[in-house]
Amino acid sequence: MLDRLNNAVKRKVYNLQEYFVLAGKSVGFVFARPFYRGDLVQQMDAIGVGSLGIVLLTGFFTGMVLALQSSVQLKTFGATMYIGRLIAASMIRELGPVLAGLMVAGRVGSGIAAQLGSMRVTEQIDALNTLGTDPIKKLVTPRVLAALIMLPTLTVINDVAGILGGNVIAVAYVGIPTSLYWQTVWEQIAAGGFLFRYIPHDFIHGLVKPFVFGGIISTIGCHFGLKTSGGTEGVGVATTRTVVTASILILVVDYFITQILLAILGS
Amino acid sequence: MTDPEDRRAKRPTGAEEATAPDTPIRRTGDDSRVRNAIRRELEEDRPAPRPAPANTMEFKAANNVALEHVSLAFETPILDDVSFSARHGETVTILGESGTGKSTVLKLLLRLLVPDRGKVYIEGEEITQLDFNDALRVRQKMGMVFQGAALFDSMTVYENVAYPLREHTTLSEDEIVARVREKLDFVDLNPDKVLDQMPSELSGGMKKRVGIARGMANNPKIMLYDEPTSGLDPLTTATITHLILKLQRELGVTGVVVTHDIRSAFRMSSYIAVLYQRRIHFFGTPEEMSGSDDPYIRSFLGGF
Repeated sequence: MLDRLNNAVKRKVYNLQEYFVLAGKSVGFVFARPFYRGDLVQQMDAIGVGSLGIVLLTGFFTGMVLALQSSVQLKTFGATMYIGRLIAASMIRELGPVLAGLMVAGRVGSGIAAQLGSMRVTEQIDALNTLGTDPIKKLVTPRVLAALIMLPTLTVINDVAGILGGNVIAVAYVGIPTSLYWQTVWEQIAAGGFLFRYIPHDFIHGLVKPFVFGGIISTIGCHFGLKTSGGTEGVGVATTRTVVTASILILVVDYFITQILLAILGS
Repeated sequence: MTDPEDRRAKRPTGAEEATAPDTPIRRTGDDSRVRNAIRRELEEDRPAPRPAPANTMEFKAANNVALEHVSLAFETPILDDVSFSARHGETVTILGESGTGKSTVLKLLLRLLVPDRGKVYIEGEEITQLDFNDALRVRQKMGMVFQGAALFDSMTVYENVAYPLREHTTLSEDEIVARVREKLDFVDLNPDKVLDQMPSELSGGMKKRVGIARGMANNPKIMLYDEPTSGLDPLTTATITHLILKLQRELGVTGVVVTHDIRSAFRMSSYIAVLYQRRIHFFGTPEEMSGSDDPYIRSFLGGF
């Protein structure tokens, strides 16, 4: 019994160590030759352009439903004109990064795990090794780098789509003119404070998070993908684990990043 | 010690091999004809058994690929004090039941695994202690053909075969095209037809052949084959066996083959090693194997 517990803990620690070695190497190889630029572009296309549709849709509808719900609440205080502030506050700092992260974890994380997993079970990873290529450099680094670049980009798009979605509802449903809506949005951003006078704290919150999430999604996907064993069933397991682990980590890490950034920036 | 060049010269050429489709080898259910055919082939081109190496230095120099007293265990022991070697231009086949660590031997040669004890030599260089980057360099000396071909399914046939060239050579694109066509020709595939096809569009036998073409793209002097004929129909099996022979005879490639397929093993091997209970139970020419009185070898050969 104790023996089994011991082994289980050892395996967990070993897996964790493997994960961090993989993550470290994948980032380390960013500056090492040979550089697989073609793979990077392909991954940026797959991760970024491929996720554009779902991110736009999620952002737009989230903004719309936020505007709709808050209009009901704000009306009781006669404060519907602050709808823009509310949407900007929630979209840029929290919902934009987290929703984009969760959507990409579902779409891209699972894809990475499934692809690398099937490459593992059909010996393609071994083939890369025997052909004298480091699979981490060839497969993991481009994916991680692409996710680190594309997730902040997608988040900005998500934010803009959300604020536009709120704009539509504010104009059509609540009766607030577009100019006032955007003015309140900007007021909210300004109220968050600035770093070096020009960089709004809101933007720092909103861009640091997806950067970290991008790293989490891609490294988790690669880790479980490369560790796949047990044929096609193993690929399924790797995919599920990736989505679950990445999603939970995104939500947990989000809290801690917020805490740290608040401590550093003061707001 | 016989010079491998002489031995190769004595063997029938690949062309004769191809023009003899009526050899009874492919006929099943007629034991005597198969046996006669094998005996004939054995008599024609078997090398004389080689003397045991006198000392380690000679052992290294004479061998292209060698395992020396290698032991390996994961949760259970897999290999225990295994030694065998293949000299330049020889094909050594490793036979054994499933799960006896046959494929592990190939992984050791490729340094995908490191033995717990013992040494592995590739072209006289000990590779046991190499670091990761040196291991990548050593692997380029070898071509590996995987059981399921392991073609990269996101790439076309052309990109697959060109992959090792792009990675490790400074050949121009024209030279790469020429080399890829040459290799596809060698494995009897029509380059114009298959170049732009994806691996998923190919049959099992074609995939294997593209796998061989990719393995030999860099002109390695050593080829490793993991179950090259498993899951193939008898005709395709004969084609692949023929290809392995052709590589050995025409290009002088050293081969290490892991297989269950006794018939192909007898056809293409210079020597056969049988793994049994984590050790090399038998090492010798196919002729010696078929004449062996060892009860395990006899039962392994079964009705053959």
